[in-house]
Amino acid sequence: MVNKYGVRSLLNILDLSVEELDSLIATALDIVDNPQAYRSRCQGKKLATLFFEPSTRTRLSFEAAMYELGGQVIGFSEANSSSASKGESVADTAKVISCYADIIAMRHPKEGAPMVAAMNATIPVINAGDGGHNHPTQTLADLLTIYREKGGFENLTIGMCGDLKFGRTVHSLIDAMSRYPGVQFVLISPEELKVPSYVRQFMEEHQIPFLQTTDLEQVMPNLDVLYMTRVQRERFFNEEDYLRLKDSYVLTPAKLTGAKATLSILHPLPRVNEISVAIDEDPRACYFKQVLNGKLMRMALILKLLGV
Amino acid sequence: MNIDSIKNGIVIDHITAGKGMELYRLLKLSRLNCSVALITNAVSSKMGRKDIIKIDTDYQVDMDILGFVDPDVTVDIIRDGVLVEKKHLTLPEKLTGVLSCRNPRCISSTEQELPQVFCLADRTKRIYRCIYCEVAAK
Repeated sequence: MVNKYGVRSLLNILDLSVEELDSLIATALDIVDNPQAYRSRCQGKKLATLFFEPSTRTRLSFEAAMYELGGQVIGFSEANSSSASKGESVADTAKVISCYADIIAMRHPKEGAPMVAAMNATIPVINAGDGGHNHPTQTLADLLTIYREKGGFENLTIGMCGDLKFGRTVHSLIDAMSRYPGVQFVLISPEELKVPSYVRQFMEEHQIPFLQTTDLEQVMPNLDVLYMTRVQRERFFNEEDYLRLKDSYVLTPAKLTGAKATLSILHPLPRVNEISVAIDEDPRACYFKQVLNGKLMRMALILKLLGV
Repeated sequence: MNIDSIKNGIVIDHITAGKGMELYRLLKLSRLNCSVALITNAVSSKMGRKDIIKIDTDYQVDMDILGFVDPDVTVDIIRDGVLVEKKHLTLPEKLTGVLSCRNPRCISSTEQELPQVFCLADRTKRIYRCIYCEVAAK
């Protein structure tokens, strides 16, 4: 998205073209090969991490990314320590922070809040997760992981399992992978946590093959990638519903019996119990590699949006 | 039933019978300081029954609202008692201040001063989505 000031932000993974994604991946891989070349690229620049809901992992990933580029970080990690607790609007916060920093990473529990910030800020805004809506930088991490594990994106069967209703990483990854030929999705979830209608509509409009099922083991042999998700307590208004659904799918070594030897298991983390720790040593487990890949892609994205 | 012809103003014609009052309300026509006629269930050779709104002043009607509520209406512009222009409508690409997002997780649910903006996502199915959270309007 480009706002009225001509400033570009990243709100949705589809804001990036396939060519731009390729370019970010190339930058991330170059950072791996030549870390010294990037150590001072953001010298004198400040990243503001505006986290209106707690997320240690994503915030630290952004902060680590900026520090490794030689930049500095300001911000807050919960709404109570921001002016939002005094009733300040997201638009005003964005205008104020624009005077202090060069780029914003924002997480907010309300869907669309980063868009409001991006409409009003005079510096780029990165959506670091808005409710159950979008989480494009997690998708960048997922994409780099798939690229490094599979050598590309084409002709993959991607299983998504767990909370597909509120799981924003799922929606963003579907958006991104839909642009590559031969990709198909297998959506595994309880009835109550199926993907929202607009995601189904998106796949139908783009003629992306997808299958919805409740049976993980039955579809396991077909999968090239298995993307596990956590049923998130914070997305439920009703505790009873959360307790009923939270253990719907737990991945264990037994359930991997029919899986391909080349399967890649991803998870946006944090994990609760949906992947047994017994799988951590399996070479197909990629979820800790995703964490490193996330930092690399955030570095590449910061460089791109700052134009440095 | 006779309604005087208007000299300078607009006639919103071919309104689906029963939608005239909804348009009257959404267009806030009660605030106008001029004669406004709302005719319901008028006989129509084309539609069987229709509603008509006549506004006796040079008024910039919100075409987005008209197009959203009833895209088949026509808008006749009258000058000096003569029909000078007949406008046909289509579904608007964007609606501002017409619909409200019902998603309690949407930022527009807590920040009341944000404009309620919806974009047309599917012309055939007439689906509009909130620009903030992308949830479809009901």
